[in-house]
Amino acid sequence: MSLDVFSLLAIAAGAFFFLAGTVGLLRFPDALTRLHALTKADNLGLGLVVLGLLPRVDWPLGALKLIVIWLVVLLAGATVGQLIARVARQARPSP
Amino acid sequence: MADLLLAAAGFVLLMVALGLVRILRGPTVADRIMAAQLLGTGGIATLLLIAAATGMDAAIDVALALALLAAFASAAFAYGAADPDDPEADRG
Repeated sequence: MSLDVFSLLAIAAGAFFFLAGTVGLLRFPDALTRLHALTKADNLGLGLVVLGLLPRVDWPLGALKLIVIWLVVLLAGATVGQLIARVARQARPSP
Repeated sequence: MADLLLAAAGFVLLMVALGLVRILRGPTVADRIMAAQLLGTGGIATLLLIAAATGMDAAIDVALALALLAAFASAAFAYGAADPDDPEADRG
């Protein structure tokens, strides 16, 4: 029962970060601030959803797989964030 | 509990779908890559939630494949969009 409550709280927090990421992506004024909103949704949103699902999968292999998926997304997010920031900086007129 | 997980999956999917408006509005290529990246991450979260709600463990493997493909898609997109004249752009 308490594990269900924990799952729901963590998943609700993750869904909130996806909401915040979308609102930021749509409302923030320029590309670099939008990148900031996107990376929060990527890392924390998915991280909290994975944390909420951990008590609900087979232990230990299923849980390990979920954590590996999150680590892959973290690694990809860090790499792609750098690449997108470079593209965004080139698109800006030089100061 | 399964209903709540499915509702959460639908909510996340709706959010990333709304984020796709940024692909239409642009204005720069970087904004469009970001919307695609958010779609990839949101799709992974949706698949994981559906897997937990329905007990369909194969969806977790699909999520893992999507994580890899979304990373390669965004990286390839960013390399394609990079300015070839920029000396800092290491295009390998």
